[in-house]
Amino acid sequence: MIPLTYMMSLSAIIFAIGVAGVIIRRNILVMFMSIELMLNAVNLAFIALGARLGSMDGQVIVFFVMTVAAAEAAVGLGIIISIFRNRETVHADDLTLMRW
Amino acid sequence: MPPFLYIFLGALAIVSALGVIVQRNPVHSLLALIATLMAVAILFIGEDAVVVGFLQIIVYAGAIMVLFLFVIWLLNLQVETGPTGHLALKLFGSLAAALLVTELFFFLAPPHLQVKFTRQPLGYGSLASLAGKLFTDYLVAFEATSVLLLAAVVGSVALARRLPAADDSRAAEKTAS
Repeated sequence: MIPLTYMMSLSAIIFAIGVAGVIIRRNILVMFMSIELMLNAVNLAFIALGARLGSMDGQVIVFFVMTVAAAEAAVGLGIIISIFRNRETVHADDLTLMRW
Repeated sequence: MPPFLYIFLGALAIVSALGVIVQRNPVHSLLALIATLMAVAILFIGEDAVVVGFLQIIVYAGAIMVLFLFVIWLLNLQVETGPTGHLALKLFGSLAAALLVTELFFFLAPPHLQVKFTRQPLGYGSLASLAGKLFTDYLVAFEATSVLLLAAVVGSVALARRLPAADDSRAAEKTAS
């Protein structure tokens, strides 16, 4: 079995790339994809730890994370479509309605 | 899982994750994201999570990514031309990510990461053991998930619905301007 540190490091790198994506990119769709990246990095950590602890709990939690990601994608993309319909943009800097 | 497979899949996952955030075209970002999801799914299978690995491919790389693809298609996005975002923002983002990775590496190194290794029970990662957990210990959470999905379906239909009144006022605005 691969050492735990290696699996967790891979998970940390993918998570950090997701964080960088949310900060750097201004396209709402790509920011959304970066959030999916972060969710996946956390899933990887759950699976790796669960396999070494001999516990199925990690896999069940990954199952729930996938369900929540599906719900989040459906609602989030619905919001993006309605924003685009009203403002014709997917650029995060153009959306200033709630800025104070 | 053999070490070379881990190295190959890990490298593939990192490179395609970088591809998600550097591609200008959202469709290319999406394809890179699918490559990452596939690599992570095979890593899941290598870590004895066979059912979850296949669910990842079917649900994530299949259904959710097709939803993304439909939205990109529907919005008819053009490739971003010219520099996107501010240079300072990019520097700050990269710096924040580098700091985060350093910090996580520090805490994931062996002296800090103490895990009591336990032998996996027979049938670990099988559909039977996953379902057994899901319908006993996590039954309440499982039922709550169904409510969550229903709320998401109703919410996204309500969001995507075209309101006739709002449409009329927008059309009037367009003709006025």
